[in-house]
Amino acid sequence: MEALKILPTPTIETQIFWDACQQEKLLVQQCKECEHVQFYPRLMCTNCSSREVGWIESSGFAKVVTYTIVHRPILPAYQKEAPYILAVVQLEEGPTMMTNIVNCNHDSIKCGLQVKVLFQDWEKGFLVPVFEPI
Amino acid sequence: MESLRGKVAIIGVADTEVGIVPHMSATQLTIDAALKALDDAGLTKNDIDGLITCNSFAEPILYHAEAMAEYLQIKPKLCYSVLTGGGTTFSLVEHAAAAIVAGLCHTVLIVTADSLRSGLTKEKAMTSQASTGHPQFESIYGPTVPALYALIARAHMEKYGTTSEQFAKIAVACRKHASLNPAAQMRELISVEDVINSRMIADPLHLLDCSLISDGGAAVIVTSAERAKAFKQDPIYLLGVGEGHHHEHISQALDFTTSGATDSSKLAYEMAGLGPKDMDFAQIYDCFTPTVLVELEDLGFCEKGEGGAFVDSGAIELGGALPINTHGGLLSHCHPGHPGSMFALTEAVKQLRDQAGERQVKNAQTALVHGQGGIMSSHTTLIIGREVS
Repeated sequence: MEALKILPTPTIETQIFWDACQQEKLLVQQCKECEHVQFYPRLMCTNCSSREVGWIESSGFAKVVTYTIVHRPILPAYQKEAPYILAVVQLEEGPTMMTNIVNCNHDSIKCGLQVKVLFQDWEKGFLVPVFEPI
Repeated sequence: MESLRGKVAIIGVADTEVGIVPHMSATQLTIDAALKALDDAGLTKNDIDGLITCNSFAEPILYHAEAMAEYLQIKPKLCYSVLTGGGTTFSLVEHAAAAIVAGLCHTVLIVTADSLRSGLTKEKAMTSQASTGHPQFESIYGPTVPALYALIARAHMEKYGTTSEQFAKIAVACRKHASLNPAAQMRELISVEDVINSRMIADPLHLLDCSLISDGGAAVIVTSAERAKAFKQDPIYLLGVGEGHHHEHISQALDFTTSGATDSSKLAYEMAGLGPKDMDFAQIYDCFTPTVLVELEDLGFCEKGEGGAFVDSGAIELGGALPINTHGGLLSHCHPGHPGSMFALTEAVKQLRDQAGERQVKNAQTALVHGQGGIMSSHTTLIIGREVS
């Protein structure tokens, strides 16, 4: 059996986010009361605790906060892409998220690098957000 | 709020055989550690009225502490398991102290063990490592545990100019200390070059920047300060303790180069009425070398950003200003997962009792022990000493 990469299992709290990814849209939550923007999806605003949290589409622009080049993956499905870049990026709207940086020469990855979202077929046609240098 | 300072003492400590111990199960290692600690304290199992354990990966049990009490055939008044990652063992000491001071029980046995090296199938080991990140928003991107810590290492290098050589010196110091410890899993001396030339795991972390995977267990017995003098070992008093919790998932970290150790150590120093300069040695959680470097700063042993220079000074080696991980740490003594930091505590107690053999820190009176769990997520700092005043 061919090894598969890990796929997310959307929950009642994250279904809207993952559905939007399938339309190649990156959504983040914004509080309707204090306008705080947050990721990952939650029932409440982490700033003011309001339950009035809506969704906005991110510009998809971000910068690399920190990164590593993974030489030794733990699961066989990730072996064929190793070494690959794992990073935490900060979206233009403020929140941070983990991702892979793709289409990037390993010599040119650095903290502060400007990147933009794209959506990759992870497994079985399911699209996952990753980032590439601008 | 009542302070725990000087109210309880550690009266028994013990380690099992560590490293590769395929002839014992995780449960047997737990019981072995418990029996050895009772022997060290000169107690019998019937003297124990509180039992706190940490569940095992290799041999998980739904109600672990209850099962261990049943195995031992004891009937404690307080009995539960805790799991907050690598910081678990020191949080247990805090909880035990609070329970004793509150009068819930008199004498608490804290015991943790696991067989990560021999007790897990390869598949189970891979699955457990792959499950470290957030299941929807981290794990899908193929992070490994070393990779998650490499993110911290890279951020520190970027912000403060810290080098791979400085990280490597931490592994070298721990190995040097392990070479003086007959119980340690890895005792052959290594150089900075050996670390840098070892296989790259997750840039900038090399194989020798990463801790071991081991079998083993350890136990400590805590009782009230009034009762502590009646037993066969010198009591080692709890002088300060504090916790700090800032995040669970590293992608949600408030800061990649400063951790909750700032909070936990501040609380511990305030309770103890002591500061970093009062510590004769320290045992600092070393799952990966950058963990130590960040913690040296956050625990106040040097200024933020100067961890690299502090390591360069040789301070962390035996004979230096602040010897760390005198038993060899997770990097060279052993790392059976959640129980791993317990060995730092049993070692600190042995040092303070002047029982550490060739690796003894001369005239050691006071020590800081720090554990962290998750990915720089949960932090507990203990300050312990020979004297209350």
